[in-house]
Amino acid sequence: MNAPRKLRIATVSLAGCFGCHMSLLDIDEQVFALLERVEFDRSPLTDIKHCGPCDIGLVEGGVCNSENVHVLREFRAECKTLVALGACAVNGGLPAQRNHIDVGRCLSAVFQSRPGMDTAEVPDDPELPLPLDKVHPIHEVVRVDYFLPGCPPSGEAIWQFLSDLLAGRTPRVASPLLHFD
Amino acid sequence: MTRLAWADTMDETLQRYGRRPEYLLQMLIHLQGAENWLPPAALTALAGALGLPRARVEGVAGFYSFLHTRPVGQYRVLFSDNIIDRMAGSQAMMARLCRNLWLSPGQCSEDGLASVDFTSCTGLGDQGPPLLVNGYAIGRLDDARIDAVCELIRQRRPLAEWPPGLFHVDDNIRRRDALLAAQLRPGQALQAALAIGRAGWMAQMTASRLRGRGGAGFTTAVKWQACRDAPGAEKVVVCNADEGEPGTFKDRVLLNTCADLVFEGMTLAAWAVGAQRGFVYLRGEYRSLLPALEATLARRRAEGWLGRAIGGVAGFDFDIEIHLGAGAYVCGEETALLESLEGKRGTPRIRPPFPVTHGYLGRPTVVNNVETLAKCCLIAVHGGAAFAATGTAQSAGTKLLSVSGDCARPGVYEFPFGVTIGQVLEACGAQDTIAVQVGGAAGITLAPYEFGRRVAFEDVPTAGAFMVFDSSRDMFDVAHNFVRFFAHESCGFCTPCRVGTAMLADTLDKLAEGKGSPADLIEIEDLDRVLKQASHCGLGSAAPNPVLDGLQKFRPAFERRLMHADFSPAFDLDGALRRARQMTGRDDAGAHLPQQAEPPR
Ligand SMILES: Cc1cc2nc3c(=O)[nH]c(=O)nc-3n(C[C@H](O)[C@H](O)[C@H](O)COP(=O)(O)O)c2cc1C
Ligand code: SF4
Ligand code: SF4
Repeated sequence: MNAPRKLRIATVSLAGCFGCHMSLLDIDEQVFALLERVEFDRSPLTDIKHCGPCDIGLVEGGVCNSENVHVLREFRAECKTLVALGACAVNGGLPAQRNHIDVGRCLSAVFQSRPGMDTAEVPDDPELPLPLDKVHPIHEVVRVDYFLPGCPPSGEAIWQFLSDLLAGRTPRVASPLLHFD
Repeated sequence: MTRLAWADTMDETLQRYGRRPEYLLQMLIHLQGAENWLPPAALTALAGALGLPRARVEGVAGFYSFLHTRPVGQYRVLFSDNIIDRMAGSQAMMARLCRNLWLSPGQCSEDGLASVDFTSCTGLGDQGPPLLVNGYAIGRLDDARIDAVCELIRQRRPLAEWPPGLFHVDDNIRRRDALLAAQLRPGQALQAALAIGRAGWMAQMTASRLRGRGGAGFTTAVKWQACRDAPGAEKVVVCNADEGEPGTFKDRVLLNTCADLVFEGMTLAAWAVGAQRGFVYLRGEYRSLLPALEATLARRRAEGWLGRAIGGVAGFDFDIEIHLGAGAYVCGEETALLESLEGKRGTPRIRPPFPVTHGYLGRPTVVNNVETLAKCCLIAVHGGAAFAATGTAQSAGTKLLSVSGDCARPGVYEFPFGVTIGQVLEACGAQDTIAVQVGGAAGITLAPYEFGRRVAFEDVPTAGAFMVFDSSRDMFDVAHNFVRFFAHESCGFCTPCRVGTAMLADTLDKLAEGKGSPADLIEIEDLDRVLKQASHCGLGSAAPNPVLDGLQKFRPAFERRLMHADFSPAFDLDGALRRARQMTGRDDAGAHLPQQAEPPR
């Protein structure tokens, strides 16, 4: 019998702090077990720029700008299973704290009236993605298959979640591993 | 309708209710009469006078939608928002009133004269569209009646001087059977029950196989026995007249036409269980019934059917007081009702313990529906066996149905249990019917292939609502309306229901706006499951019913609203960049987002 095909995983951090990715690395020596089962596509761990066809996509962080929308849509188009990883992806999290402030006022406070800024202009370079007026959880922009809350979810929780997913079991992270903060 | 300042009313309020904290809700309702709202200083003063934390008082004031902790108009107009009222044109009526008075919904006019809003079903589905003005119902609205109301408001005429005809409410009794055709003298049933003794009376109740008419269908005699046998000398009988289920109004008609039977039923329950105190919990929407009910109670006291040594039986002392609700559907749930009777927020209790052992102020308490109690009089007069001989195997007796919607003769119909849906439709003159909602928003949606089913606990159970929809109606709108009702009425105590009903309502809003996708239908089914399994009380677990039935029986009405896409955001993606475009002055291609993802490569 052939060894089972390695599953392809892509990961990305949108409006997140990379904390969830750190937590993913925090599965310690299980990393070896993981690498036996999967290969990584686009991810901060590789240098692949665009996501190709994948089995699993892990998304950290919410959606705060137009680039996030494009990347997220690419993930949705390419990944059979899409996972919202961590509080920011699930609920918007910390970045969504800006949602009650007008984004125009944010931009002006940062770029126009902060002491020490040499230009008093809001940058208008087309290379830069524009911020959305609100930060959204990813399920408000694309369909999401699974949610793993926690800020960040612990390495152990992520490992249990991934093991389920890789083995074809519906992921079930029960308390005490499941938490929302 | 005098406009005293709250301070003048405070002393009278405290005196009337004897500074007892369990009357807090009643005191707040009374106090609000002074200025139409409860100023912060009034809450502070009341808390001080009762020795309660202010947060407790404000917590109660904030719970009930008919209590206002912010100023509202001198005339507060609330349009009933059940789907039946919408079908009767409530939205156009509201628009007309707003136009006439230069108002917008949800806001108080600048001169403080009037405010307009929607409220949950007011129980006039057979004569809508209705509104409440300062708590008093006006039905059968049309352009002329709306204009008349506006004129009276503009003239600032006190409500007491408005033409009484405006407030006339019809009973619309269309079919009488055992209960509505009974012509019992006040006291007749009691005399019969007193004659056979306590145990004999309980035996008749057991033989009758009477089951509760409030929804759950629990066997009444079993409930009474549990209360009778519960430890504690002080026992309580409560009549649940909250009738909040959208589309139900038969309890209103019973209270208006045969209050004696209801009060006598309570007294019969007191005789069986050994209770001294009785309460009627009357929904705020029915406060216009209050004076007549109080007068009936006074007459029954004078006749010796209430008070001390009732019917000449030494030691049988029982009296009834009426408490008003204040616009909270959840207070129809019996443990929330008890909390409310105790002057608290209407948060459902954890059961067990059940009310029969730990009810009002921890005392053994029987809670029964208005109709259940009235039926007890028939059992006392004709005997349990006679009662059990009608209806079906598991559902003895008759059932009052509140019929409304697309039919020629809406109103109250009394049928023996076992009547088919089709027979009721024929009786009320319904044509071209595509669906019937039985049992209210929390009930069941029946499609034409089910019109042979029977109204009975073993087939289609119901608290009494029977809403008819013909082929001009869109069943998505019906489910949407009901879900919004549950989201509005969720008491907020438990997360699955507080968040779940809001998310369900949001998702249906998204479908209604034509932004839905197949993924949203899956989301709806997930939410339905969470609500059903994890809610603390029956409100949350019933909330998904209209959607579950709708998706099963009227799926195309939902699918029609889907975009042909895997998923589409509910919000305007490109619009979300508008502010940033403005700030940067950009308008290049990268400064825009398409609402739909590009098709996969
Ligand atoms: C959300 C909710 C609302 C209810 N509303 C009412 C009501 O308005 N009137 C009523 O009699 N029972 C209502 N009930 C049922 C009561 O909890 C209780 O079962 C009933 O009053 C018992 O009386 P019965 O045995 O005579 O039916 C409601 C239940 C729930 C869960
Ligand atoms: S969930 Fe927490 S750890 Fe993860 S990206 Fe957000 S803030 Fe960082
Ligand atoms: S299910 Fe809803 S109404 Fe019932 S306790 Fe929970 S929040 Fe309140």
